[in-house]
Amino acid sequence: MKSLAIKNLKGRPVRTAVLMVLAALLSFTALGGTLVVASLGKGLDSLKARLGADVMVVPKEATMKKKFEDIVLQGSTGYFYMSYALADEVIQREGVGQVSPQFFLASTGSSCCSIPVQIIGFDPATDFTVSPWIKRTYGGELGKYDIVAGSDLNAFVGDKLSFYGVECTVAAKLEKTGTSYDTTVFTNKDTITALIQSSLDKGMNDFKDTDPEKAVSCLMINAADGTSPEELVNDINIHCKKVRAFRSGDMISGIAGSLGGVSQMIRLLIAAVWVLGIVILLLAFTMSVNERKKEFAVLRVMGASRAKLAGLVLKEALCTCLGGSLIGAVVGLLVLLPFNGVIEKTLALPFLLPNAGSITGFAVSAVALSVISGAAAAAVSAWRVSRIDTGLILRGDN
Amino acid sequence: MELTAEKVTREFVRPSGKTNRFFAVKETDFALQSGRLTVLMGRSGSGKTTLLNMLSGLLMPSSGRITADGKDLYAMPDKELSRFRCEHFGVIPQGQTAIHSLTVTENILLPFALYGDAPDEARARQLMERLDIADLANARPAELSGGELRRVAIARALVRKPSLIFADEPTGDLDDENTAEVFRFLKECASEGAAVLVVTHENDAKGYADIMLKMSAGELTQE
Repeated sequence: MKSLAIKNLKGRPVRTAVLMVLAALLSFTALGGTLVVASLGKGLDSLKARLGADVMVVPKEATMKKKFEDIVLQGSTGYFYMSYALADEVIQREGVGQVSPQFFLASTGSSCCSIPVQIIGFDPATDFTVSPWIKRTYGGELGKYDIVAGSDLNAFVGDKLSFYGVECTVAAKLEKTGTSYDTTVFTNKDTITALIQSSLDKGMNDFKDTDPEKAVSCLMINAADGTSPEELVNDINIHCKKVRAFRSGDMISGIAGSLGGVSQMIRLLIAAVWVLGIVILLLAFTMSVNERKKEFAVLRVMGASRAKLAGLVLKEALCTCLGGSLIGAVVGLLVLLPFNGVIEKTLALPFLLPNAGSITGFAVSAVALSVISGAAAAAVSAWRVSRIDTGLILRGDN
Repeated sequence: MELTAEKVTREFVRPSGKTNRFFAVKETDFALQSGRLTVLMGRSGSGKTTLLNMLSGLLMPSSGRITADGKDLYAMPDKELSRFRCEHFGVIPQGQTAIHSLTVTENILLPFALYGDAPDEARARQLMERLDIADLANARPAELSGGELRRVAIARALVRKPSLIFADEPTGDLDDENTAEVFRFLKECASEGAAVLVVTHENDAKGYADIMLKMSAGELTQE
C-alpha cells in the first residue's frame, strides 16, 4: 500500500506538484514569518542590552537635532560634546549610581579616513555598558590606537584603519547585534582623544568653545538604589538645563512600537496564508478523492478494508506534504539567511537572527506544522473514502 | 467453499419520489456451490447486482445472513471481512476498473500487494497469456481498449485462485470471440472447484451454466 501511494503520486505529477507547492507555501510562510518576527524581537533585546544603562544624558543640542537617537537607533554618524563641568553637574545629582562617559566621533569618506563610520570611545576604568560586550570576543585590554570593529564592517583582526590620519589596529571584531552598533568602531578614551585632536588639527571637527581634552558626548548612568530611573531623569531634566536625560526604555519605545506593528502584520499575513492554504488543500484533497472514488471502490472490491483506504489517502497526503514542506523550509532558509541584511535595511529596525539551534527548531516546527495541517486537511477526505458505497460507485459506471 | 444466503433482503430508501422505501432484493434463500457455474440473468434494475454485492461481502443485507463455510460474513469486523474477501473472493465489477497509476501487471498483482503477500507472478503471466493481454504487461490503463481493460479486471479477480468468483457483466465490452473465451475460462475455474456466479445479459451464457437463475423485481427464481 505504501508503494501504491507513491505510484499514485507519480502517476499524477501535476496534482502532486500542486499539492507540494501548497505545502511548501505553508512551511515557507510559517518559517519565514516566524524567523523575521523572532529576529526583530532578538534585535530589540540586543539593542536594549547594548544600551546597557538606565539613563543616558547628552547635551541639549544633540536632542534638538535628533542626532543622538539617529546615531544609536538608525546608524547615522555624528558627534556632540558637553564640558566636564556640565557633566559634573549631572554626576553630582542625588540618585546617580554608576556613571561612565562616552565620546563620539564620526569619521569621513575623505582620504584621511579608511571608512566613514561612527566611532565611540569609552573609559575602561568606569565603563559598564560596552566592556562586558567586548569581552565576549576580546579578553585583552585595548591599548592606544587599538580599535574594536562592529560585525558588519569590512575590517578584520589585525587590519590597519586610518582615521583623520591616525593609523589604528583592529584588535577584535564584535558579534553581530542586529543594531546600528554593527557599523560602529569602539575604542578607549586615550585613542578617541587622539583622534578628536587630529580631527581638530585637520580642521575637520567643530568644538565651538569646548575644550576637547575636557569634553564628553554622553553619560551612561545607572540609578542608585532607592531611586527609579524615571525619578532620576526628571530630576536631571529639571535641574540641569543644558543637558537632556532619557530613560533607555523610552528611547527604544518608538522602535518597540514599530516592531510590534510589523510583527503583528507578519502574523496576520501568516494566518491569512495558512487559512487560505488549508482551505485550498482541503478542496484539492476532496477533488482528488472524488475524481478517484472509483479506484477506491475497486480497491475495496479487491479486499481493502475501510481503514486501509483511509490510510492510503493519508499516506499520499503525508508524502506530498512532507516533501513540499521540506522544500518550503529549505527555500525559506535560502532566502532569509543570506538576505537577512537586506531585510534589516528594508525594515529599518533592529534585526538579529536567532542562533543555529533556534533556526533549526523553527524549521522543524514549520515542517511539522505544515505536515500536520496537510494531514488534517486530508483526514476529511480519508474519512469520506472510508465510508464509500462501493456498489453505488461501481454501478454508476454503466 | 460454499456460500449460503438465508432469507436475505435489501431495502433502499429513495431520496425522492412517492414511494421512498423499496426492496431491491426480496426475501431470498440462495446457495452458491463449489464446482458450479451459476448464471444470474434479469432485466436492468431487477436487483442482480445488489444480490451479487451482498453475496460478495460488499453490501450488508437489511435482513437475513450470508455465510461462507459457516462463517457469517457480516458478523465479521470490516478488517477481517476485507482480508477474507481478498483471500477467498474474486470479484469482477462492472465497467472499467483498472488503477490509473499502475501497469497491467501491477494492476493484476494488486490483490497480493494489499496485504503485503508474496506476488504469484507466474499465475499473473499465465492469466495474461490466457486472456491475450501478455503483450500489454507494462502498458498503462490509459493505453488500453475497453475490452483489454475488462480482461485485466478478470485476470486481477482470478490471480489469487479464489474459491468464490463473482462476475458482474464480465463480458460487457468484449466481442463475441472474447466473450466465449471468458465464459469458457470461468467454466474452467468452476471445473477446478471454484463456485462461480455470473450476472449477465448475454444469452450465450446459458450454454455454459450449470445453474440458471432469473431475477425479476427483486425476486429470485430458478429457470
